[in-house]
Amino acid sequence: MIEGAPPGLILILGAVLVPLLRGRVRQAYMLVLPVLGFVQVAMLPVGFVYSVQMFNYELTLVRVDELSKVFAYVFYIASFLSVVFALHVKDTVQLVSGLIYAGAAVAALFVGDLISLFVFWELTAVASLFQIWARRTERSYRAGLRYLIIQVGSGVLLLAGTILHVADTGSLQFGVLGVVSTGTTLIFLAFGVKAGFPLLNGWLQDAYPEATVTGTVFLSAFTTKLAIYALARSFPGTEILVPIGALMAVLPILYAIVEDDFRRVLAYSLNNQLGFMVVGIGIGTEMSLNGTVAHAFICTIYTGLLFMCTGAVLYRTGTIKGSELGGLYKSMPLTATFCIIGAASISAFPLFCGFISKSLILASVAESHHTLTFLVLLCASAGVFLHSGIKVPYFTFFGHDSGIRCKEAPLNMLVAMGCAAFLCIAFGVAPDLLYSLLPYPVDFEPYTTSHVVNQLQLLLFAAAAFVFLQKTGLYPAELKSVNIDVDWLYRKALPTLVRGFGDRMIRVKVGIQTKVLEGVGFAVRYIEGHHAPTGVLGDPWSIGATALWAAVLLIAYLLMAHR
Amino acid sequence: MKEEVGQSSHWLDRPGSVKKLIRVLAILCLLVVAGDLVYEKHGHYSWENFPGSYAILGFSSCVAFVLGATLLRRILKRGEDYYD
Repeated sequence: MIEGAPPGLILILGAVLVPLLRGRVRQAYMLVLPVLGFVQVAMLPVGFVYSVQMFNYELTLVRVDELSKVFAYVFYIASFLSVVFALHVKDTVQLVSGLIYAGAAVAALFVGDLISLFVFWELTAVASLFQIWARRTERSYRAGLRYLIIQVGSGVLLLAGTILHVADTGSLQFGVLGVVSTGTTLIFLAFGVKAGFPLLNGWLQDAYPEATVTGTVFLSAFTTKLAIYALARSFPGTEILVPIGALMAVLPILYAIVEDDFRRVLAYSLNNQLGFMVVGIGIGTEMSLNGTVAHAFICTIYTGLLFMCTGAVLYRTGTIKGSELGGLYKSMPLTATFCIIGAASISAFPLFCGFISKSLILASVAESHHTLTFLVLLCASAGVFLHSGIKVPYFTFFGHDSGIRCKEAPLNMLVAMGCAAFLCIAFGVAPDLLYSLLPYPVDFEPYTTSHVVNQLQLLLFAAAAFVFLQKTGLYPAELKSVNIDVDWLYRKALPTLVRGFGDRMIRVKVGIQTKVLEGVGFAVRYIEGHHAPTGVLGDPWSIGATALWAAVLLIAYLLMAHR
Repeated sequence: MKEEVGQSSHWLDRPGSVKKLIRVLAILCLLVVAGDLVYEKHGHYSWENFPGSYAILGFSSCVAFVLGATLLRRILKRGEDYYD
C-alpha cells in the first residue's frame, strides 16, 4: 500500500504540517520533503502500476514509466530550489499552497486515467492561485481571479472531453489519444490552454508577473511543463502541433522585445520555449520527443533561475521594470552573474544546458524535413537571445545607471540561484547526465563542430545586431506602457461589449416602460372621456328621466309576458 | 558617497571599456565566420554549407524582430494604467 502511495502525495500531505512548525524546524522540514519525494521516485520501478476500483471505474493512481519519471525528477528539483529560494518567507499560505501545488503536479505525472488527471489538474490550478493572491494587492487579486477562471476552465474542458471520450470508447486511459473526436479535441484544447497555445496564452503573461517574488518561481516550473507532459503523452505526432509550436516560438518574442516588466518578458520567453517543445511533440519521432522532454527538463531549471534573479531584484529594489533599473551589477554582482548564466542557458550557448536540449529538437525538425519550421525555430533561437539573453541582464545590471544602490540578494536566494546556475552548467557540460534519463535511447552528439560553430554564429551575430540597433537608436527604448495582448479580449473587449449590451438593454427596458405607461395613460384618458362626470356615460340622470325609463321597461316587459 | 566613487571606478565604468567589449565581439564574430571555412560542412540543407549562413540568419532575424516589435508597439501600446 505504501508503495502505491502516489508520488507527490508526500508534498501534499507534508504541507499540512507546515503551519504547525516554526523557525528553523519548519525550514528544515520543507527542505526534506522534496528530497524524500525525489528518493521515492528514484526507487519506483518502471512498469509499476497501482489502481483502485471506484464505483464502476478503475482509477490508476500510479503508473510508472520513463516519461513520468524524468518529469518527476525535474519537478522535485524545482520544488527543492523554489523552497530554498522562499526559505525567508514567513507567510504560511504561500508555503503550504506552494508545496501542495508542486505535489499535485508530480501526482498528475503518475496517474494513468483521465479522471485522476482531472483531479490533480484542478488541484494545481487552485493551489497555484495563492502564489498570486499572496501578494495581497488589488491588482494581484484581479489577475488571480482571471487566472483561476482560465485554469479551472481548462479543467472543465478536460472533464467534458473525458466524458465524451468515455462515452465514445469506454476507455478512461490517459495514454495516446490523438485528435480524433470531439472528446479528444476538447482534451487537446484543455492541455493547450495550460501549454500556452497562441490565443489561449493570455493568462501566462497576465498572471505570472503579478505573483509574489517567490510565487513566480513556483509558478514557472509546474503548470506549463505539466501541460507539455500531457501533450507528449496523449498527442505525440499530432501534425497540427508543429505550426502551433512554431507560432508560439515566434509571436511572444515580439512582445518580449517591447515589454517593460522583466518578469513579463520572461513569461513571454517561457511561452517561446514551450513553442520548441510543442514542435517536438508534433513531429513525434523518438528523437523529437526526447528533445521535448530534455528541453522541458532544462527549461524548468533555467527559467526558474531567471525568475529567481528578477525576483531577487524585485525583492531588493521594489521594481522589476526595465525603465527604472540599470547598473545593478555594482550592488548585486552575484545575482548578475547567476542571471547571465541563466541568460546563456536560455539562449542555448554551447556549454550551457539549453544547447544540449534545443539542438536535439532542431536536429529532429531538420531530419523530418520541416524546412520552414526549422528556419522559424532558428530565428526564434536568435530572438530569444535578444530579449532574454541580452535585454534582461543588460538593462537590469548594466546599461544606464539607475542610481539604485541596494544590498545583494539574501543568502537563501543566492544559494538557490547558485544551485540552479550550477545545474545549468553541469547539464551543459555533461549532456549524458540528462540524455540517460530520457524516455528513448539517445543517439545524438550535441558537441560537433558544425553544431557549435553554427550556434555561435547565430548568437554572436544576434548580439552584433543588438549593438548595431542600440548604436543606431533603432532599439526600442524601455517605456512604461502596456502592450495589449490576447488578454485584452476578456479584460477590455468583452467587458465593453457586455457593458454596451447592458446599456442597450437598459435603454430598451426604459423604452418599453414608457410605451406601456403611455398606453395605460391613453386607456385611462379614453375611459375617463366616457365615464367621467363630464362624459356621455358618466353623466348623472335626473330622477324623473330614470323613473320614466324604468316605467317604459316595465311596460315593455309586461307586454312581452302577457302575449 | 566616497564608496560610490570607489564603486563607479569598476572596469565597466571606465571610458573606452564598452568600446573594447564591442571590439572583442567583432573579433569573435569574424572568428566564428572564419570557422566555417576551416572545416567541411555537411549541413542537412544545402544553404547551411554556405559560409556564414547562420551569421546572416542571426543578424537579419534579430533586426527583423526588433523592427517588427517596434511597429507592433505603435499599434498595441497603451498607457500604463490602461486596465486599471
